[in-house]
Amino acid sequence: MIETERQPRRPRRPPATGIVDCDVHNELDSTRDLYPYLSERWRRHVDRFGLGGYSGVTYPRFWDNREEARPAPGRRPGSTLATIQSGLLDRYGIAFAILNPLTPVARVTNLDLSAALATAVNDWQVTEWLDQDARLRASIIVAFEDPVAAVAEIERRAADPRFVQVQFSGRPHEPMGRRRYWPIYEACAGRGLPVMSHAFGSGGNPITGTGWPSYYIEDHVGPPQSIQANLVSMAAEGVFARFPALSVVSVENGFGWLPALLWRLEAAWRVLGGELAHLERSPAEYVREHLYLSTQPTEEPPRPVDLTRLFEHCPELADRLLFASDYPHWDGDAPDRALPPSVPDETRRRVLGENARRLYRLP
Amino acid sequence: MDRVDCDLHNEVPGIESLLPHLPDHWVEHVQTTVFRGPADVTYPPELQAEPAAAAEPRDPLDRLREEVLDRDGVAVGILNCTYAIDGLHNPDQAAALARAVNDWQAAEWLARDPRLRASIVVPSQIPALAVAEIERVAANPGFVQVLLPARAHHPYGSRLFHPLWEAIAAHGLVAGIRFGGAPGAPPTPVGWPSYQYETYVGMALVFAAQLTSLVSEGVFDLHPDLRVTFLESGFTWLPAHLWRFDKEWKNLRRLVPWVRRPPSDYVRRHVRLTVQPLDAPADPRHLVEVVEQLGSDEILLYASDHPHPHAFDAEADLLRHLPPALADRVRAGNARAWYRL
Repeated sequence: MIETERQPRRPRRPPATGIVDCDVHNELDSTRDLYPYLSERWRRHVDRFGLGGYSGVTYPRFWDNREEARPAPGRRPGSTLATIQSGLLDRYGIAFAILNPLTPVARVTNLDLSAALATAVNDWQVTEWLDQDARLRASIIVAFEDPVAAVAEIERRAADPRFVQVQFSGRPHEPMGRRRYWPIYEACAGRGLPVMSHAFGSGGNPITGTGWPSYYIEDHVGPPQSIQANLVSMAAEGVFARFPALSVVSVENGFGWLPALLWRLEAAWRVLGGELAHLERSPAEYVREHLYLSTQPTEEPPRPVDLTRLFEHCPELADRLLFASDYPHWDGDAPDRALPPSVPDETRRRVLGENARRLYRLP
Repeated sequence: MDRVDCDLHNEVPGIESLLPHLPDHWVEHVQTTVFRGPADVTYPPELQAEPAAAAEPRDPLDRLREEVLDRDGVAVGILNCTYAIDGLHNPDQAAALARAVNDWQAAEWLARDPRLRASIVVPSQIPALAVAEIERVAANPGFVQVLLPARAHHPYGSRLFHPLWEAIAAHGLVAGIRFGGAPGAPPTPVGWPSYQYETYVGMALVFAAQLTSLVSEGVFDLHPDLRVTFLESGFTWLPAHLWRFDKEWKNLRRLVPWVRRPPSDYVRRHVRLTVQPLDAPADPRHLVEVVEQLGSDEILLYASDHPHPHAFDAEADLLRHLPPALADRVRAGNARAWYRL
């Protein structure tokens, strides 16, 4: 976790240079932040009808964002650039930070409103974030449940190289491999944009494969299950076979589950592979080749050697793992705390910056 | 060599087998309507390994003896009948068929081979009816377990199920959470997948959610002697899930103050997992490392999962690579202690 200013900080090793942070949240203080970027029609719509969407699908967070990121009393932490600069970028010498705003776009069921909000969020990102600090890059927010609108939004942003990927929630309405989403992948693959899925959210389904759990801790343990279901779907449906240039990035889902998932995909392929006659290779191979993952939250095995062993159980991991602080969320990680000291320096160097520079074509 | 097989499947061959055990109302219903029992897709033909067509119909128990019990020298075998009672929305029908399945198990299986034990099939979707069925048959010592499909309408830690856990604990039974389920809700957190392959792979994630629920809701705190077996769950996913769950517990335990110890501690005391299907990595050393990461020599139980087909062999691909004493525990000792055989 990132320590607060009140506590003396003892770095574990000299600060690295060229760090790329793949998960920074530029927070909306409220939907009203988007009003300058919404048409009169949609401003009136939101004023009169609210955002609508799914009900009963969220677990109230236990803690909000880091207090030090609060710009002013009454405003949400992380909702201004200045606090992100001082609390994260300057403090840790971050070379590039990728903004992944968590917005109402994904939970709005009115697809026209969702698309209008997505465009507004991206305009807000350009004006209030990307234009203000050269270290920032951003995810394209799209109404992914309306692939036609999503592709139009991708085309609208494609000329701006500061938009480096397309963002899904952790839990879309259908598994991410389903064909309804393929136009989005085609647009991404054609432009060299990875598609990224950020943990949490709800697409209207119970957040486990066995109904709604009771507690926030269950919600917070759950993201690995959602991303694995999405990855199994993308591989089994043939998304990566159809779009060989597509990369998928898993953010805030952990990564300790990856080796066991690959083994299970392979074992199941041997038993049920005949059902996937449209695939030439095992789904495990497609996941191995196309997946990138972010660190935070890093699993914490009781014996640190077990974390190091993940890189042996899945040799690709050292080239696919991306540092993420998750700033300004309460459970974020500083760059020197993202991996335990047992991880070799060479691996740490790749994770802190090199892998992301290659994936996102950063200078 | 002592061997206990914790996962054998005695499937109901057809609704006709249950007629002798059904009350008149449901016999008439079967005979005069198109109803032929619950429909389920958990095990497609590819996963059922049907016997080769024989000139004469074969006694399923004879097949089990020949292909598993006698061949592998099984001292005790635990039957898990996956009849999809949970897929019946009509509660009266579900309860009647569960009763019939259990009476059929007692008459056609338990009474005919002393090596066999069985699992009580219950209408798990209506916990009060499930409790009634447990009360009805628990006196038969052949029933050692209550079978619950992994995919349910709600996670099993939910308070809706607490009367069921009370009954299971009160009768000293094991809860066997098994692969599959037919709740009519998606098997993933992101809706319905297209392929059975996805449901098969994703079932491990459903088991993870059930584990999270049972610990978070304090089911093991309420019932300190409760035993839960995961059947056909895989086990290689468990260490990483517990690393995450233990970490979140440190952060968020105030939300669930009754959970006084790390979740991994509860799992080692209260949960066992069967070894098939085995998700073996290419390098057996990696599998041995994962077994070490489970943190307990007691947690794995041998199971053939007969007649379902697998990618890997439990003996050749797992047990052969373990220290001999541990392999013996997995083959029999752990199950004998767990099921008090």
